[in-house]
Formats: sequence, structure tokens, C-alpha cells
Amino acid sequence: MQSVETLEKIAKRIKRDIIQLTAANTGHPGGAIGAAEIFAELYFSRLRHNPKNPDWEDRDRFILSNGHICLALYSSLARTGYFDVEELRTFRKINSRLQGHPSREDLVGIETASGPLGQGVSIANGIAMAQKLKKSDANVYCLVGDGELQEGQIWEALMTSAHHKLDNVALIVNWNNIQIDGHVKDIMNIEPIDEKFKSFGWNVINIDGHNLSEVKEAFDQFEKNEGSPTAIIAKTVLGNGISYMENKAVWHGQAPSKEQAFQALQEIGETDFGSDLILN
Amino acid sequence: MTAQRAGRDGFGQAMMELGEENEKVVALGADLAESVKVHYFAEAYPERYFQIGIAEQDMIGTAAGLALSGYIPFTTTYAVFAAQRANEQIRLAVCYNNSNVKLAVSHAGLTTGEDGATHQALEDIASMRAMPNMTVLVPADASEAYEATKAAAEYQGPIYLRLGRTPVSELTNGVGEFKIGKARKMKEGKDVTIFACGIMVERAVEAHDILAKKGVDAEIINIHTIKPLDEVAVLESAKKTGCVVTAEEHSIIGGLGGAVAEVLSEKFPIPLKRIGTQDTFGESGPPEELLTKYGLTAEKIVEAVEEVIEKKNVMAVSSK
Repeated sequence: MQSVETLEKIAKRIKRDIIQLTAANTGHPGGAIGAAEIFAELYFSRLRHNPKNPDWEDRDRFILSNGHICLALYSSLARTGYFDVEELRTFRKINSRLQGHPSREDLVGIETASGPLGQGVSIANGIAMAQKLKKSDANVYCLVGDGELQEGQIWEALMTSAHHKLDNVALIVNWNNIQIDGHVKDIMNIEPIDEKFKSFGWNVINIDGHNLSEVKEAFDQFEKNEGSPTAIIAKTVLGNGISYMENKAVWHGQAPSKEQAFQALQEIGETDFGSDLILN
Repeated sequence: MTAQRAGRDGFGQAMMELGEENEKVVALGADLAESVKVHYFAEAYPERYFQIGIAEQDMIGTAAGLALSGYIPFTTTYAVFAAQRANEQIRLAVCYNNSNVKLAVSHAGLTTGEDGATHQALEDIASMRAMPNMTVLVPADASEAYEATKAAAEYQGPIYLRLGRTPVSELTNGVGEFKIGKARKMKEGKDVTIFACGIMVERAVEAHDILAKKGVDAEIINIHTIKPLDEVAVLESAKKTGCVVTAEEHSIIGGLGGAVAEVLSEKFPIPLKRIGTQDTFGESGPPEELLTKYGLTAEKIVEAVEEVIEKKNVMAVSSK
């Protein structure tokens, strides 16, 4: 377990990677930056995993259902030692293992391909069922976007998790109220999210997704909960900490210019973790 | 003629045995356990049977999760609800992940019968065949469905296993061994080759007997594996007979006929005729009447054979 202070620095490190890797290139920076604290807690503190033995059978699994924010995942994998940090530079380039959306067959540490929305919870359920069959106490963590809750398959899967009492599943909803066409509320309202999950038989925890104490506490509660799956509704700000990016739908899938990237890096601030990458 | 059984019966039997033989085999259902004959397995191995309810997309994803954790999941539903409703889930969670999921589907084709066009998958082979990493199996009878199920459990990778609903005669029992990707020669002949799959193998054998009386010596090859297609067997037979008819309970677009035509047009172009549904939906009715109405009969195969032989002869004369 890492301290909140350390994880805050790690989250900054992840954000810097995301900015540097999308700068003057392509990718989806906004949602990934907004989820940096969640990735910091999961990969650097919470998950029972071994980057040197990625296929370890009793590892905890992380399923990124909203695959477009994979830069946060790639940064986390590289900086926990799954592959060389330098390889991050190949993101979205030809012949790269770091595909625009995650590819399990290409990159070590990816539990499943994702990108087409709505599929992660089903896959997480299947993995969770397998752990129970094997009598393994490994947990399955799955991150979904809030707009993604508009996909019908999500609700099929939510029923399955509760019906089969998969208390080894933690679903984190990255609730930033932004999707490509605008605000989730306006495009197709999904609220009240917590009441929907409760009525589907889930253990529900509401948190501020940028407050690492709350993030930690939520996962602690999940680990103690028995008999039902846990949903952590994490309120986040798209592009959190970058003034021109915060809460703007355009930053779902737009890369910053070099000038914008420099400004973002200044606003995020320096970290004492490793050397910064140069801009693409 | 031996007792008739449906492909799904062979599947149900194989699953029971697999439950005993291999603890990694699990099954998932979408409210159709008895229809797909997985209910025997579900009763015998309840801890390894997962009821997902009427939610096929979720079922496919869940199966992928189980496969990614080392299990060998068989999903069970009708062909339309797997290949077609959950098409994109199959593409991403199964094929792109190359996860070891076996998609067992029943009620494929016109012989689904009275339920009508909504439930008669006639395009599923085409869409499954187009997916990278996918293997497509279409057994001809119950014993071949049994063998295909056993082979699918042994095979590492995604498999689409297309099972019929209606009973057919036992034809393949004792005819060589079943091997994924290896065509099965049902009748040796020299004048024409009939490539068939699924229930149309039985019609092809009937056509063989009709043709024999007319002095035509037809070779019958059962292509139980549509993908990967046994190109060696297809080319070898085509070169021997010089003309080809394909027969399947599926659209002539993109299925067995499409696969054979692709290979032959590139590597050995000869007269070819495809028997199957002609870019149309089916309808309600008794299976046999539907097969007759839509031209999936031994008689239509015979007509097609006479047509390709005629073409072959014309070409032989004009090239002299």
C-alpha cells in the first residue's frame, strides 16, 4: 500500500505521460487524465499483480471497459514495469503494441481488448466466475465510462454480477458527465446512477474520484463486502487540473497542440518520479 | 436406414461426456438449455453451468472472461442470437482476444421450421467465416456433431459450432475420422463433385444415388469445416471431376458455396453452381416443405449437377 501523498505524485506522473503522448498526435486525453488517481491507486497500491509474471494465475485483474482512455493504462503498465517506459512513445504508431484501443494479443498486461463500449463488465463477470470456480480470492476491477452506461449490454451484465453474487467484482464508474456529443445528461440521461445500481442489487459507494483517501476507502469497503458486487461511483472532472481542458467535451478525443501541452505540463507540475519523456 | 437424430443431440451427448472428462469445460445458457440440449450438462454439473438469462451479448462476454481465465466455455443459444445479435461481442471479446470460446448454436437454417424467418439463420456462416481467428464447423449429423464438439473442446481458439434442430440420418459414422479442417469424402466419383455441409450432406448423398441411376458418377465431399477450408481436398476433387456443385442450408452468399467459389475461381476455375437460399429470408412451415420451396433438395442438386456437367462438356468441345 502506498501513501496518499505518494499516489498523488504518481497520478501527476500518469497525467504527464498522457499529455506528452497525445501532444501533437492523436488519442483521448480528457477522460484518461480524469481517471489518473484511480489508476494510481489500482496499479501502484491496490492490485495484487506481478509485472514480471503477468500471467500469475491468482493475480487481481483490471478490465478497462472504456478502452479509449488506454493511455492511463499504458502509462500505469509501463511505470509499474510491464514494459519499457520508452515504448510509450510508439502509441498509435504503426507496428506498435500500444494500439489506439487496447489489444490483448499485442501487449503484455492487457487482460482483454476493449474500445467498443459496454463489454467490460460481462468479461469481468466471466473472470470473476472463474476465480470462484478455482477457489481463488483474486478480485476483478473494472472501469467504465459514464456515457458507456447507455449501452444495453452493461445492464445485462449488471444483472448477471448481482444474480451470481460476484462479490469479487468492483466496478468503477468514471462519472465526468461528458461524452463525445456533449454532456451525458443532455445526450441520454443516466442519473440517478447510484439508485439504478442499488436497484440492480449492487453495493454502491459514492466518492470524489480525485480524492485518493476516498478512493482507498472505497476499495477497502469493497474488499470487506460479501454477497454482492460493488459499484464505486467516482465523480471526476474530465481533464482534471488542466484549466483549458476541464469539463469540455471536445477534449474527449482531441490531442493538445505543442503549446497547449506545455501549458498542461506546467499546470500539472513536476514530479520526482523518473525522467519526463520528450514530446512526440 | 439408422435411427434419425439431430445435430444438437450429438452435442448434448458430447457435453455430458466432456463434463466428466474435462473439469475445465463449462457451459453458459441464455434461457434455451433444453432446446440446445445443454440441459443434461446443466443438471449433471450445476456448478459449471452458468445461466445468463435472455442476454446473449452478456453471455458471450462472460464466456470470454471464463476463457481468459483458463476455462473452456461453450455458449449455447440459437444461431441468430449468437452470430447475429452478439456479432460485435464475438468479434471483440472472442476473436480479437483469440479467447478459447466455443459458440454452440442450434436452430440454424430453414429447418428451424414453424418459428419462421426471424429464427432461421441463413447468413450466420458468412459473418462468422469473415472473422479472423474463427473456426466454423457445420456437422452433417448427430455423430459428427458429437465428434465436432469433442474436437472443439480439444482445439485452442474460437469455434462456431452450427447444429441443426431436425433429425437427419446417420451418415458419417465410420466414414474416416473427424478432424477439424479435414474434409470427409462420403462417395468417390469422377464426373462431378458435390461439396455439402450440415443437413445438405444427406441430400447430396440422395442426389448421388439418383445420379448413379442416370449414369453419372458423383463425388460427395462433406465439408464439415467451412473455415479453415480444406483447400487441398477441394482442389484435388475439382481437378479430378472438372465441375462442382455446393449445397448448404444457408444463403448462397458467403457460406460454403462462397468459400469454395473463392478458392476455385482463383486456383482452378471450372463450372460451379451453388445450392442454398437465394438472398432471401425464410418463412414459417414444416422443415421438409420449406426445404422444397427454397430449392434445398436432392432433385435441385441433380439439376445443378446436370447443368455444370453440360457446361464442362461445352467447354471441353470449344477448347478442342
